[in-house]
Amino acid sequence: MEAVVDELPVILGAFWLTVKLTVVSGVISLVWGIVLAAMRVSPLPVLRGAGTVYVNALRNTPLTLIIVFCGLGLGTVMNVQFSRDDLSLNSFWLSIIGLSAYTSAFVCEVVRSGINTVPLGQAEAARAIGLTFLQTLRLVILPQAVRTVIAPLGSLLNALVKNTTVAAAIGVMEAALRMKNLFDAHGDAIIPIFLGFAAGFVVLTLPMNLLAGRLARRLAVVR
Amino acid sequence: MTGASVLYDVPGPRTRLRNNVLTLAFAVVLLLAAYFVWTKFEEKGQWKGELWQPFLRADTWTELILPGLVNTLTAAALAAVLALLFGAVFGIARLSDHRWVRVPAAVVVEAFRAVPVLMLIFFAQYGGSLAGLVVTEFAAVVFGLTVYNGSVLAEIVRAGILAVPRGQAEAGSAIGLRKNQVMRLILLPQAVTAMMPAIVSQLVVLLKDTALGFVVAYADLLNAGARVVPANYANLIPSVIVIAAIYIVINLALGYLATWLERRSRRSRKVAADPAAAEMAGGEVPLVR
Repeated sequence: MEAVVDELPVILGAFWLTVKLTVVSGVISLVWGIVLAAMRVSPLPVLRGAGTVYVNALRNTPLTLIIVFCGLGLGTVMNVQFSRDDLSLNSFWLSIIGLSAYTSAFVCEVVRSGINTVPLGQAEAARAIGLTFLQTLRLVILPQAVRTVIAPLGSLLNALVKNTTVAAAIGVMEAALRMKNLFDAHGDAIIPIFLGFAAGFVVLTLPMNLLAGRLARRLAVVR
Repeated sequence: MTGASVLYDVPGPRTRLRNNVLTLAFAVVLLLAAYFVWTKFEEKGQWKGELWQPFLRADTWTELILPGLVNTLTAAALAAVLALLFGAVFGIARLSDHRWVRVPAAVVVEAFRAVPVLMLIFFAQYGGSLAGLVVTEFAAVVFGLTVYNGSVLAEIVRAGILAVPRGQAEAGSAIGLRKNQVMRLILLPQAVTAMMPAIVSQLVVLLKDTALGFVVAYADLLNAGARVVPANYANLIPSVIVIAAIYIVINLALGYLATWLERRSRRSRKVAADPAAAEMAGGEVPLVR
């Protein structure tokens, strides 16, 4: 127990990194996922095809592989750099690329299933008053589609919080890797440390799940 | 594309022209993007023949890659069996009439679902050696995958059992079956059939998560692709691309199995439970196919 109290600033720092990873890659994958969904329902076969290939490839690849590719492939071999002197900042952004690339494929599929729940008449009415495809999507379909998929998007965000731990594969000092380091430092306090970190994840995800549930109920489209 | 045709009319001559122009424009943009990536890789010499040559030789496959694949599949298969057992036991336990069974089962399932798999793997390694056990990387990976995916499967099983119409259990009791017989002979078979697609897609998640073994240096497929092969031929990017293709093919095949099972269960069952509902209740990743 003392180990957890002594190391509290370190633990909180690790969770702060987890939160940063989640928020940044969450925002990027939400935007990119919606763009992908729009591509996959567009009238242009090129965009549909590109979207389908992207989503199927990324969704069926392990996240660890994607992050290792970003960290070692892009970072070390291709020499992609975000910061010249701060290596940890570099791997932070490389893992964000990986997390966003992976999560956006799932966001795309969730949003697309939301688009399928919007009644036919909505799109027909939008076309009847002369809206173009992009206007129909932006003003009529997507606002309704996104509202119906708040709950699944919430569980994706929940999964993303846990998935940020995979960034440990390229040495980002988020919660899981920090926990392993503390295990090494305090060999006698493994169980308290584990419980502390597990509690940290519950604290992160629980309010989020409650919020997603409430939002889903409040924003539900009454039909 | 079900949603697509709803969103736009059958194009007239002007729209067809515009669509053709846009198709051309986007094709050019995509090709330019691909060309950009290609030249960047070219600059670093990633398309050089000698980096790709090893994949044409049999010994690369038999000596380096296939053992990794076998390890991945072994870990996935063992973890899948254990997770299914875990899921069945805890899913049923959560529905028990006895409070002292129901509450601890709920605590276990909710706790393991909230913790990332990687943390469970680390905990198995360090906690096991604390208890005086020798925990191999294999055991740690299987432990982490089992308790996490088992908890998710428990939720799927529970949702499936709850989705079986009440009359089934009542009819079972009416003909004099015991509680355990009702569960074993009536509810569980129907629940598992209805939940099959959700179960298979969770097993895909499990297979993908075996790659976490890379972090603790378990000699799996990813380890073969990102450590072993590049250590021999200094070809990290080609090798990771080849490994990714193997993962994609296996997971796509399992995904098609899930879709096929879903279609089959929809055809054959009068009262099929809604897999989407179970997915919301338990699955980490919504099944959208």
